[in-house]
Amino acid sequence: MCLAIPMKLVKKDGWQGEVELRGVRRTVSLMLLEEAEVGDHLLIHAGYAIGKVDEEEARLTVEGLERLAGAMDGEAP
Amino acid sequence: MSRPDRILMGHGAGGRLTRELVREVFLPAFANEALSVLSDSALLPAWPGGRPALTTDAFVVDPPVFPGGDVGRLAVCGTVNDLAVAGARPLWLSFALVLEEGAEMAFVERCARSAAEAAREAGVSIVAGDTKVVPRGKGDRLYAVTAGIGAVPEGRDWGDHRIEAGDRILVTGPVGDHGAAVMACRHGLSAEGLRSDVAPLGGLVEVLAASGAEVHALHDPTRGGVLVTCHEVAERSGLRMVLSERDLPVRGEVRAVCDLLGLSPLSSPCEGRALVWVRAEDAPRALEALRKHPLGREAAEAGRVEAPAAGRSPVALETVSGEERPLDLLSGAELPRIC
Amino acid sequence: MEETLLYDRRTVEALRAAIAREVDRLGRPLQIMEVCGTHTHAIAEAGLREALKPGVRLISGPGCPVCVTPVSYLDRAEALARNHGALLCTFGDLFRVPSSTGSLERLRAEGADVRILYSPRDALAVARDNTSRPVVFLAVGFETTAPTVAAALLEAESLGLGNFYLLPGHKTVPQALRLLAADPALRLDGFLLPGHVSVVTGAGAFAFLGREFGLPSAVVGFTPADILRGVLEIARQRAEGRAETANLYGRVVTEEGNPRARALMERLFRPCDAEWRGLGVIPGSGLGLAEEAAPHDASLLPAEVPPPREPRGCRCGEVLKGAVEPPQCPLFGKPCTPDLPVGACMVSSEGTCAAWYRHERWRLEGFP
Repeated sequence: MCLAIPMKLVKKDGWQGEVELRGVRRTVSLMLLEEAEVGDHLLIHAGYAIGKVDEEEARLTVEGLERLAGAMDGEAP
Repeated sequence: MSRPDRILMGHGAGGRLTRELVREVFLPAFANEALSVLSDSALLPAWPGGRPALTTDAFVVDPPVFPGGDVGRLAVCGTVNDLAVAGARPLWLSFALVLEEGAEMAFVERCARSAAEAAREAGVSIVAGDTKVVPRGKGDRLYAVTAGIGAVPEGRDWGDHRIEAGDRILVTGPVGDHGAAVMACRHGLSAEGLRSDVAPLGGLVEVLAASGAEVHALHDPTRGGVLVTCHEVAERSGLRMVLSERDLPVRGEVRAVCDLLGLSPLSSPCEGRALVWVRAEDAPRALEALRKHPLGREAAEAGRVEAPAAGRSPVALETVSGEERPLDLLSGAELPRIC
Repeated sequence: MEETLLYDRRTVEALRAAIAREVDRLGRPLQIMEVCGTHTHAIAEAGLREALKPGVRLISGPGCPVCVTPVSYLDRAEALARNHGALLCTFGDLFRVPSSTGSLERLRAEGADVRILYSPRDALAVARDNTSRPVVFLAVGFETTAPTVAAALLEAESLGLGNFYLLPGHKTVPQALRLLAADPALRLDGFLLPGHVSVVTGAGAFAFLGREFGLPSAVVGFTPADILRGVLEIARQRAEGRAETANLYGRVVTEEGNPRARALMERLFRPCDAEWRGLGVIPGSGLGLAEEAAPHDASLLPAEVPPPREPRGCRCGEVLKGAVEPPQCPLFGKPCTPDLPVGACMVSSEGTCAAWYRHERWRLEGFP
């Protein structure tokens, strides 16, 4: 459940951060994710960063899907 | 005597303060012969021919000043566009204001200037006006109520009765900009590239009319966005509207604002766009004409019209994944959500 | 992140074909439950329920925290406004949910001050600007939201906002899953687990499903491809006789989750028994406020709350368990619609009935 959107941390000032997605910016609280660093992609829910996006995992997911779709194509009659 | 810096109840009383407001703020801004007589009614110049069209609108946008415009500009463009999409050349507007006691004079002046500028852009005259003032707390700074008169040239017959299965649905530019800009303001989101698309469409519409493309109908997707407009057209025409998720242009910033707040670009209002129903074969010609105009550079084919079918919704979206999903009408205002 | 691939037609087709192969291997259709309102919404939008039939039946469980908020909670919120002149702050999701006598929307029309906020943090500013009256934040949501509310409460305490209150209504997912997993009548083959709840709890929090109930589960994201990958994983595990929790949303979910978020929750909330609308009381599934936070607990303020009135004929409870499908409720569509909802399942944009109504009713006979 819950709408949470990945946004990039562009400014950090203690517990406050500014995040950005496609040019849209918002101030969010980093109270739940103190280790966030500028440049990280964070998962934002209800004005708070609740988690970090793991780029490596994202890449692996995409690769897996590409392999699957490719295997399908290979099987097409 | 220097003008008060805020609106007072006296400005609505009809006496000296009212006259000052009209003569010093509205008249110079809207400058035209018919208005400057300042009589009970405006006596209009001779009728240019064609069929008269009349529209009316109320504007209560919150916040009244937003990226890309303000309620003054919005009021003029909204009225002009209602005429333009009916096929009418917009001519004259009336402009009634309900001001809240305490509203800053600088804000009222700004709105008057914006309205005047929009009127100049649109080639229309604001020929009649009225001002009332309500006590503090009973209004939201400024509400505008307008009426607009236009002339539909002989031989032009646009409307939902002309729409046929097979027609293409074009959009003159990316959708949802106005709604997203306003919502962003309300919810503490900032975006440099995000502004309302509010603009007068008379010129763009005439370019389309002159293109030779067989235009069947136009509508401006304001309140409720593309979604509500398509539902209304589907209901009136008895046909199905199928939009293409891949082809419907939406700016990245608009998508981001909508994603963040749980809204949809499909139901986000536009104030400077038109949806065009055109004979399929003429879609390329219509697009070419639109794209030559500054307000139509990003015009695109956004969907098509189909015959009604049992078990299929009147409005649907062909998703990027290839499925067709029904697009239901909204119930009530869309609220930002966390779920 | 190559977002487009997750919505791509080719990917979706490939996944559907792979799922069909596993169903063949198993030799019978599967029943999989999702317990996340955002998944319900995503599945309805992508038309996946239809697309997966008949090999896989996707059932919506009680995944919408708004839908499972009991009538008595809303009645109490209204009483606080009426008895204490409280200013209510709420997420938009709750605004139209029916109470015994109306809704927050109606309450505002009657003159109460009800504000819709995107973040619990925004309620702090409201409290600061309205020191003469209690400002009550309606704290609903699962583990994704509860830490954000805890953080806001902590900030309120540090700012000395004595007029800031929470009306606790959070619920936690694992206990509800136990109830459902243990119900033989549901004949479930596995669960799609909530992606963002898992960001906080960690995927490990759901391992009991395999260990204690022999049911496979998958933590998944919200795109069509994400959801289908989860279905494929469960089908595969079933075919191979395995029962594990697979984390397929590794780009934001880890085994351990967010310890800081959980620590804040543990400090300011206490597990308690909670009533789930339509399901009854599930022990230990709610989050009440800890002793330390008592001065900010709106449930401790005296309020005249009328006895709760549930609409007659409403089958939300069975719908929420996945025991019946929305059209089987006698009120579905007539008179219960998103415009005039009777039960909670229809109000929330993620409620099972709302999702059905918006996306699937055209296939039913006699519907407009």
